Amino acid sequence: MTDLKQLEAELMKSIDAAKDEAAVEAVRVSALGKKGSISELLKTLGAMTPEERKQNGPLINGLRDRVSEALNAKKNALKQAALSQQLAADKADVTLPVRENALERGRIHPVSQVIDEVTTIFADMGFSVAEGPDIETDFYNFTALNFPEGHPAREMHDTFFFNPGPDGQRKLLRTHTSPVQIRTMEKVKPPIRVIMPGRTYRCDSDQTHTPMFHQVEGLVIDKGSHLGHLKWILEEFCKAFFEVPSVKMRFRPSFFPFTEPSMEVDIQCDRRGNEVRFGEGSDWMEILGCGMVHPNVLKNCKLDPNEYQGFAWGMGIDRIAMLKYGMPDLRAFFEADVRWLSHYGFRPLDFPTLAGGLSG
Amino acid sequence: MKFTLSWLKEHLETDASLSEIADKLTMIGLEVERIEDKAAALAPFTTARVISAEKHPDADRLRVCKVDPGDGKPVQVVCGAPNARAGLIGVFARAGTHIPGTGLDLKVGKIRGQESHGMLVSAREMGISDEHEGIIELPADTPIGKPFAPLMGLDDPMLEIAVTPNRADCLGVRGIARDLAAALVGKLKDERTMPVKGEFPCPVSVKIEDASLCPAFALRLVRGVKNGPSPEWLQRRLRAIGLRPINALVDITNLLTFDRARPLHVFDAAKVKGNLVIRRAKAGEKLLALDGKTYEFDSEMCVIADDNGVESLSGIMGGEASGCSESTIDVLIESALWNPVNIAHTGRKLGINSDARYRFERGVDPAFTVPGLDLATKLVIELCGGKPSEIVLAGAIPEANRVIDFPLHEPHRLAGLELKAGEAKRILTSLGFIVSGNTEVVKVAVPSWRGDVEGKADLVEEIVRIAGVDRVPATPFERGEFARKPVLTALQKRTRAAKRALAGAGLVEAVTWSFISKQQAEAFGGGKPSLALANPIAAELSDMRPSLIPGLALAAQRNADRGYADSALFEVGQIFLGDKPEEQLMAATSLRKGTAKVAGAGRHWSGSAGNVDVFDAKADALETLAASGAPLDKLQIVPGGPAYLHPGRSGTIQLGPKNILAYFGELHPAACEALGVEGPVAVSETILDRIPEPKAKATRAKPPLMLSPFQPVERDFAFIVDREVQATDIVKAAQGADKNLIAAVDVFDLYEGKGIEPGKKSLAIAVTIQPVEKTLTDAEIEAIASKIVAEVTKKTGAVLRG
Repeated sequence: MTDLKQLEAELMKSIDAAKDEAAVEAVRVSALGKKGSISELLKTLGAMTPEERKQNGPLINGLRDRVSEALNAKKNALKQAALSQQLAADKADVTLPVRENALERGRIHPVSQVIDEVTTIFADMGFSVAEGPDIETDFYNFTALNFPEGHPAREMHDTFFFNPGPDGQRKLLRTHTSPVQIRTMEKVKPPIRVIMPGRTYRCDSDQTHTPMFHQVEGLVIDKGSHLGHLKWILEEFCKAFFEVPSVKMRFRPSFFPFTEPSMEVDIQCDRRGNEVRFGEGSDWMEILGCGMVHPNVLKNCKLDPNEYQGFAWGMGIDRIAMLKYGMPDLRAFFEADVRWLSHYGFRPLDFPTLAGGLSG
Repeated sequence: MKFTLSWLKEHLETDASLSEIADKLTMIGLEVERIEDKAAALAPFTTARVISAEKHPDADRLRVCKVDPGDGKPVQVVCGAPNARAGLIGVFARAGTHIPGTGLDLKVGKIRGQESHGMLVSAREMGISDEHEGIIELPADTPIGKPFAPLMGLDDPMLEIAVTPNRADCLGVRGIARDLAAALVGKLKDERTMPVKGEFPCPVSVKIEDASLCPAFALRLVRGVKNGPSPEWLQRRLRAIGLRPINALVDITNLLTFDRARPLHVFDAAKVKGNLVIRRAKAGEKLLALDGKTYEFDSEMCVIADDNGVESLSGIMGGEASGCSESTIDVLIESALWNPVNIAHTGRKLGINSDARYRFERGVDPAFTVPGLDLATKLVIELCGGKPSEIVLAGAIPEANRVIDFPLHEPHRLAGLELKAGEAKRILTSLGFIVSGNTEVVKVAVPSWRGDVEGKADLVEEIVRIAGVDRVPATPFERGEFARKPVLTALQKRTRAAKRALAGAGLVEAVTWSFISKQQAEAFGGGKPSLALANPIAAELSDMRPSLIPGLALAAQRNADRGYADSALFEVGQIFLGDKPEEQLMAATSLRKGTAKVAGAGRHWSGSAGNVDVFDAKADALETLAASGAPLDKLQIVPGGPAYLHPGRSGTIQLGPKNILAYFGELHPAACEALGVEGPVAVSETILDRIPEPKAKATRAKPPLMLSPFQPVERDFAFIVDREVQATDIVKAAQGADKNLIAAVDVFDLYEGKGIEPGKKSLAIAVTIQPVEKTLTDAEIEAIASKIVAEVTKKTGAVLRG
């Protein structure tokens, strides 16, 4: 049976030499086709004696199987090579830029972000958010807040007025968010725990003043909250907001018509260059005003000052934003310069959370 | 309020250092704003004797002096002063010293060949006066080698404090000293003003026409004074706080204004004709005031008049005509009480900020009206001589009779402050309150100078500030029984969500002014008189905005002018339809300019962005509505919008014709022009208040998901239809063909132009048929398809494209 060995060697050589699928197919036809060399050998099996068949059958079938396998393997190899060649030619320049995703382009204004931060901190302490109109009456902005008519404290507010209406009443743009205290106390029965963020207005304009700015106030009314609680809340707030482990605060007696006692609060800090670092240093920076709600204010809201008591505080949102995030100039907040907004603004998905940290 | 340390020490016996005093002032509510310590700047200047002064060999006007600076090692100084001479004791500065008056640093130098190792200085070079006729000459017995500043009383530091409007009593040095003494910084010196006995009746009478303007007016004449410059100590004191000495009589009134918070006025009696009347001004009356300006009064203002007419503007400023000069011989001294509100109004209207107004509008001590006059009289007699008349007092000094029932636990109730036994009483007493009673509730009488103290809370403030706010322990604030629940209202949540959604759509949040110009307000449906400011800060910021679009459009244009033509901005903020609270609404507004489309702006290798259009605006509006929880399936989108939008390329999103939620579209070219903004600009404005609140649900569970086990089938249809027919009508007609089985209808092609008859368009829809109970047969699907074509044709006149 030297023929079979020789035939196998020849066929394997042809398979090996095949350059493409057509060549492989030609080898297959020549070996396994109807008239193929192996097919012809298989046909001879029928004429053999059982003994001959028993001997030659496995040899011929074995040859057929090995050749088939070799043909398939060659075919696959050629297919792989052809695909590789095709893919190699199909090449993208991956350094070409893609368009920026909308989420990359969009920005949240620092004022909105800081309001969200402040809300997050106080919501955790059980405070809700109250709001009120920007156009106020003299009653809500001044009288109910214990600003006597003609008192110099009114004048210090540089109020924007509207022309008197048909009823002779002259409305104004609120000079602080404190009118919301009155509106809240009129509507809600104590205990009250609210913060009141919003736009406020004073006709004043220079490097550090804009005719419109933002404030957030807080108000607590119940039957036992005192100055000590106020100090604690403000300390907790400052630590949480400025994201520092400790702060040192200084409460200085001051005057606001709607609180008694009244205080201004300084926070200890270190100013170096553009940065302000809290919890260290030797400078004092004023950041807010606060005090116990004045008995007259409680009375104006039909609350008995011998039964109810509480405190309020207020601070500039733009100002604490500047202190935390380092914007040098208040006026830029309202200029809508896209370069400023892109730089100081926050990404749409930067939600302040207590779990993840306010500023991420 | 300014004062010097030595002035304070006239009233306060203390060993405390300047910095201790300053810190304490701040911590008791008298915030120190500035400390000016001249002694530090003048420290290098010492006294020295000129040993010899020879003419400079090469300069006629210069002298070469040998100066003994006190250490026995004379130095050579070249000096140009005419009074430089041997034996003179002057002020010497060595080379290296900074000269405050000239701002220069002295150097060793040669002047015309002669070495000079320092300088003998003039008062001007020292920065202490304008005197520059020659170098300073000190008395012959002045020790040499000593610092100059203390010798001249220039080492008296000046403090400036911010006095809050309630503390009128601290607009005088004595009030400040009293507060410091209460805070245990020292002891308040005893001081009792003794009455000065009049020697004759006051020849001028006083009539008060309206006691509400002037409760009391005290007057006296001092006859035969000799007015002139006031003594050095008084001049120095006034100069130290920035006042210009005038003459002794005027300087005395200024002294008492700052020393006792008691403004006074002096008239030259020779220039006053007849008696004085305190009355309302007649409209149009004028006065040439002491500041050299003429003021015209209205009938609300209060004046002091004589037979000549108005002589003084009550409590604010005297008149030039009756003022005191060096030739004054008889002087009328006035000490009065004025209505603080009237003084404030008058001062504001006339724009006069005087030290007198400042004090009267905050409230002076009524009980000190007559003692103040006596004190002034005493000083006038001491400094200028003369004989005093008796005092005439018109009106009456109001009685100080405020007594407060004060529970001693009140500082603990309101402030959480634990006091030592007797401490509250000590503090109040040291501030001048009179405390009586031994029970838990004591009676506290308020001193006449503390008009601000009305009740218990004020007394708590007094105790807390003097005891020290730092003694109040920070006390943890219990969160209480409140359940953890969301604290935001629906509108607050929408406001937040709208901001995040618009930022997520690639827009940048701006915060623009709430006020815009009248012309812009009118162009956007506003401009009502009730929304126009009476005192705008600028003409372009005069009216409350009816829309956020003008502010954003102007901002986009400013960015374009800086080279950023394609900006995508948004704002979520208040708009004003009227001046009532319910007429203030929360708008969420997007504005895209140039090519700032949703997918990105400008040119790009993968395909450049076209101009922004109505559909970018529509996408923003829908994004806002979706984020704000609007019922998207119920929204109606109708063509057209407000006049500032392109009439054919704008739309309105509503829930029925009465509840308009949003507008979107391209800005009308005329609106662009009115704002001075270059188009194209696409805007959307959503009114967040108008979105209905979702119905409250008992649980947060979502409705169950129903999935069909059968494959959906999609069929495409292209229709030729009139251009005017809205896509939504075709979609609705197709949907109506079989409400059960048709799950979706999408518009996937729109074509107008070649091959399509003019006035017509080709609109292609893909209809998704979702079998519900069984797989549909071909015949059943064909039947639905025919029904779709029939419905669309019937409702819109469309023809299936062949």
